[in-house]
Amino acid sequence: MAFDKMELRDIEVWDGNFAAAQAMRQVQIDVVAAYPITPSTPIVEGYAKFLADGYVEGEFVMVESEHAAMSGCIGAAAAGGRVATATSSQGFALMVETLYQSSGMRLPIVLNVVNRALAAPLNVNGDHSDMYLGRDSGWIQLDAYSPQEAYDLNFIAFKVSEDHDVRLPCMVHQDGFMTSHTAQGVKTFTDEVAYDFVGEYKPMNDMLDLDHPVTHGVQTEEDWHFEHKARQHNDLMTKVMPKIQEVFDAFEELSGRKYNIVEQYDMDDADVAVVCMGTSVETAREVAKEMRAEGIKAGVVGIRVLRPYPFAQIIEALKDIKSIAALDRSSPNGAPGMLFNELAGALYNTDSKATLSGYVYGLGGRDLTKAHLTDLYKELQANADAGKVLTPLQQFIGVRGPKLTFL
Amino acid sequence: MSEIKKIKNLKEFSTSADRFEGANLLCPGCAHSIIVREVLNATNDDLILSAATGCLEVCTAVYPYTSWDASWIHIGFENGSTAVAGAEAMHKALKRKGRLKQDRDPKFVSFAGDGASYDIGFQWISGCFERGHNMMHVVLDNEVYANTGGQRSSSTPIGSSATTSPAGRISYGEKKNKKDMLAIMAAHGSPYVAQVAPNKWKNMIKAIQHGFEAEGPVFINAMSACTTEWKFAPEDTIAISDLATDSLVFPLYEIIDGQKLNITYRPKNVVPVEEYLAAQGRFKHLFKDQYKYLIKEWQERVDQKWDYLQRREEASV
Ligand SMILES: Cc1ncc(C[n+]2csc(CCOP(=O)(O)OP(=O)(O)O)c2C)c(N)n1
Ligand code: SF4
Ligand SMILES: [Mg+2]
Repeated sequence: MAFDKMELRDIEVWDGNFAAAQAMRQVQIDVVAAYPITPSTPIVEGYAKFLADGYVEGEFVMVESEHAAMSGCIGAAAAGGRVATATSSQGFALMVETLYQSSGMRLPIVLNVVNRALAAPLNVNGDHSDMYLGRDSGWIQLDAYSPQEAYDLNFIAFKVSEDHDVRLPCMVHQDGFMTSHTAQGVKTFTDEVAYDFVGEYKPMNDMLDLDHPVTHGVQTEEDWHFEHKARQHNDLMTKVMPKIQEVFDAFEELSGRKYNIVEQYDMDDADVAVVCMGTSVETAREVAKEMRAEGIKAGVVGIRVLRPYPFAQIIEALKDIKSIAALDRSSPNGAPGMLFNELAGALYNTDSKATLSGYVYGLGGRDLTKAHLTDLYKELQANADAGKVLTPLQQFIGVRGPKLTFL
Repeated sequence: MSEIKKIKNLKEFSTSADRFEGANLLCPGCAHSIIVREVLNATNDDLILSAATGCLEVCTAVYPYTSWDASWIHIGFENGSTAVAGAEAMHKALKRKGRLKQDRDPKFVSFAGDGASYDIGFQWISGCFERGHNMMHVVLDNEVYANTGGQRSSSTPIGSSATTSPAGRISYGEKKNKKDMLAIMAAHGSPYVAQVAPNKWKNMIKAIQHGFEAEGPVFINAMSACTTEWKFAPEDTIAISDLATDSLVFPLYEIIDGQKLNITYRPKNVVPVEEYLAAQGRFKHLFKDQYKYLIKEWQERVDQKWDYLQRREEASV
């Protein structure tokens, strides 16, 4: 082979960006087309440096915009090879058109999304606005809460996305700065083990199979469009979750690290639960433990797979809970939060008598503190005791000025 | 090394095996299809093609049918060039890694309208050319957004009536001159840019073959007479195209390495611009007394440009 392997220590101290870049190196991507934006830039830079040092053999196309980055990824993926890129925030927003195009064209592409707020006002810090913007785009969305998970979920993403029964692009999310720029111990694979887990790319409908020309990206109107969209939705609803579970299992066997479609912490005997994503999960886990000393049986549910939406797993995780909080880190802009709505949608036709309240927090990188969560758990306990929501249904946490509440 | 097709005469050309089927939904008399056939027929090499959203795309790949017997991709309106660039990058990567299914080097060609090239897709094309992908970008230049019903583009010429710059009681239609894309693309350092027209098919095939031989991104601006938006009878496509090239409204020339301009077609008898304009409904209002000065100005502009092209050719720059 014309490129060098890299010797890694069993545990490296990496931030989430570098962990993702290392995973991208180890799976030997054929084409990366990318454009820099804070806070995902170091992924693109890291990959460029691997190339400059002779550690990757594929093509690195430094394009002129994120829209072009995903357009190039689509062309490369249709040509028939392993493809990935990374972005955040405004770059993600600029890509939106091509996100729908890539998933509708059933092309496996991995996109590392380092979550960041959306302007205006311009803000470089982490929140989940970009992640939420992608949720109807037909992509699979996996959420990493730490650098280790950003590393691990990349391998899982390639394996799921490239599976011939799936053939759908996949995002791996991590929180801007809190994960992307915070160095932690990351357990590594050797280059061989990492590559073998994902396996060789198996082309399908590849344009470069010159003896078998294919047409990609056709026109369909009212006669066929609905069937195409319905088929894609059907595959997301029925094929993707079992495949993710299968790959999670294989990954656990290889690494001993267990991932779940919906993560549950201290949920076995919990009365009250916080449902959230990203780095907030870790904070909530700590606070939940502390609440138990105060007699509140607190638990945490982390959404690992945001799309397809884990409807059944959510119902299962929350079935015995008396009081639930949905934590949304994106401005709902005139509606209840996305998690609030989707939890309500999951629980509505079940026997659950749980109360459900929504909290909007952390916009533009604002901290979610342990004190915030302590207060929140106390509100949940009060709701559980009363059997109804005693607070407004939507509250903003940690925002200046008089308390903002709605509904 | 690419394999150039030897074509002696029009009969041979029109009966030559096609990788673009006549079965498509383009208007009868649409020049897009003639141009595409001429490009594809210029080589025997494998082809990886793209089309930007526009008439060509919506008329040739309507599920479950396709008119393309070569690999083809459409993503959107602005990014057809980058689609092909991505495929070209993948070809390079797989070749280096020894994973090509057939060890052959295809030609990479993106087709796009003037809207998709001069306007919305301009940045994508500029990026592809700056990066130096080995590809050819062919503009099907009908000087209007035809697919969506005839809105102006930055290729729409002054005085033309388009639906977003209509002629009216107090307006003569489009107010801006056509953008000089050839100069812009030559300035990118492209090894070869050329303006071609389907009626001058030998000239065109020579240009395309020159482009296929070149290393790097090649830009072709192909005049595409549009029966629907230019408003002429479908059987007159070639006659209108002849008026365009012979009046020098569409001069045919090439620029090599951004440095050397050659005129590739010199009409024996130059026809007045007025004849070209008079043959098309989109210019009908210019023949009212109040706007006749525009026809005169147009003739002056065409003369000036021709003079400029000749001076550049003579000076070999
Ligand atoms: C992002 C985006 N904006 C607008 C459109 C609508 N649209 C589709 S094709 C087209 C015009 C195409 O014009 P041109 O590129 O000149 O091609 P032609 O149809 O004239 O061959 C427009 C405006 C679109 N599909 N996508
Ligand atoms: S509208 Fe014009 S460009 Fe479009 S198919 Fe008809 S003739 Fe061709
Ligand atoms: Mg046009």
